[in-house]
Amino acid sequence: MVLGINDPWIWSAYIGCILAMLLCVVYGVVNWNKGGEDEEEQIKEEIEWHKKEKEMEEKELGLWDEEG
Amino acid sequence: MDLLILSIIVLIYLFMVGYVGYVAWKRTKSADEYMVAGRKTNPYIMALSYGATFISTAAIVGFGGTAGVYGMGLLWLTFLNILVGIFIAFVFFGKRTRKMGHNLSALTFPEFLSRRFNSKFIQYFSGAVIFLGMPLYASVVLIGMARFVETTLNLDYNFALISMAVIVAVYVIFGGIRGVMYTDALQGTIMFFGMLFLLVFTYWILGGVIDANQALTNLVNIIPQSATAKATATGFTGWTSMPSLGSPFWWTLVSTLILGVGIGVLAQPQLVVRFMTVKSNRELNRAVLIGGVFITLMTGTAFIVGALSNLYFFETAGKIAVQVVQGNADKIIPAFIGTAMPLWFAYLFMITLLSAAMSTLSSQFHVQGTALGRDIYETVANKKGGSSVMIARVGIAIAVLIAVILGFILPANIIAVGTAMWFSITAAAFLSMYAFAVYWKRATKMGAIAGLVTGSVLSLFWILFGYQKSAVALGICKALTGKAVILTSAPWPTVDPLIIGLPIALVVTVVVSLLTTPPPKEHLDQCFKGV
Repeated sequence: MVLGINDPWIWSAYIGCILAMLLCVVYGVVNWNKGGEDEEEQIKEEIEWHKKEKEMEEKELGLWDEEG
Repeated sequence: MDLLILSIIVLIYLFMVGYVGYVAWKRTKSADEYMVAGRKTNPYIMALSYGATFISTAAIVGFGGTAGVYGMGLLWLTFLNILVGIFIAFVFFGKRTRKMGHNLSALTFPEFLSRRFNSKFIQYFSGAVIFLGMPLYASVVLIGMARFVETTLNLDYNFALISMAVIVAVYVIFGGIRGVMYTDALQGTIMFFGMLFLLVFTYWILGGVIDANQALTNLVNIIPQSATAKATATGFTGWTSMPSLGSPFWWTLVSTLILGVGIGVLAQPQLVVRFMTVKSNRELNRAVLIGGVFITLMTGTAFIVGALSNLYFFETAGKIAVQVVQGNADKIIPAFIGTAMPLWFAYLFMITLLSAAMSTLSSQFHVQGTALGRDIYETVANKKGGSSVMIARVGIAIAVLIAVILGFILPANIIAVGTAMWFSITAAAFLSMYAFAVYWKRATKMGAIAGLVTGSVLSLFWILFGYQKSAVALGICKALTGKAVILTSAPWPTVDPLIIGLPIALVVTVVVSLLTTPPPKEHLDQCFKGV
């Protein structure tokens, strides 16, 4: 019995959730500063994309998007 | 209902939303020229706004209530939510989708798929699947809101539903349709602490983690057999044990609730688009950490508390959860929070859930508007820009209307199943095509189309003719064949459409791709540039 639960299928899910969360935490910590090498370039691309999306929202949905 | 406490909490909440909105607005003004430096937003904002769109009222109220019936086996869904919905989605799909989406200047999910495979058909067919299927999902989110208001404020359900619909309509008409990411992140933060409090408080009143779990394990032997007789007959064995392998109860839990939603999340149109608004891979890496913790706490708490509510209700009222709510599992979480939690918490939780539902609903209506306007109308009529405003608006109005009408006619116990149906349809229709779009260069236009059509048609067919819950409710199979479902022998009536549609769509995509000419190299180079 683990954590007051008999069925290994259930307590392994309980523990599995905690382990999966830890995987995310460890991955985030290890890669905290990775993937930003060409950030300037990436941000420019994203701005272009966002402008097009904004245009779509204004022209095709008739909305304005306040998120910058 | 305590009007004074309720008013104070509403005022504080509105003040906070107003303040955050003001800060975001000021930033937007100063960054109006889209200064590069001004774009480096926080991974916290990205992860929480993604989380707040992903985990809505449907997950907490609907699936939390379902855990009251199915027990802690639902924690496998939390496991998949973290591993698939966050880790695999961000690391293996998010990075490639962002880069490829930018390479192709795709603004919607159908547009992304259509440009990747160079097929207009993919765009309007996918747009149609989304436009027709999504009202079901929007309506269960609306039902979740209305159920919470009904129980917490002691109002009539129909009145609650109409009020919620009016608020949503006003929000959609006047507020700009999409929630601001900052406001989403604020809601995410309140939900995070709200769920943390709920988890700790629930374990505390029930005597601690191990004692509470142990008591829940024993509960199935203490309660009168009549209380769970119906569930036991279909495979239920307790709230801390898996149902009998292969029983109808097991199939619903595993194929519909766990796999349908756990895997279907990868092909959610409103979530895929979010990857294209991410600034860099670094932001995604950091968001894995924050998103992972957030999702664990949100769904983990909802499912643990949902299951434990049986213990609480048994100790206080001598009944199990589903008896307290007269069989409607959608009301278990509202009822538990209303009776076990302090009043101020119930109100705060209600406000947070409502605003979370608003942000989910508004992004759903946004996706539906673009699906009809851009993906269907513009693609079919071959017109670009401007002419589709009217169509998109009419589309949104129709979407809101259908969601409200469904809110009135859908039966009880519908939130989790309705959500799962939508996730199954999207997974069967889009997932194989989407996965191959970002990973397999040999996949061809014809392969993608064959997979899309096969997955959509099969899952729709199974919903109408094979899957008992939906087929019986819709009645089309009965009218045409005289039988409730076409295959009556177990386990078929409880096998989810995803299990039927996705594997076949996957095989069809691969086989047809291998039989047709590979896509031109220049096109692939453009798609995969920098991926």
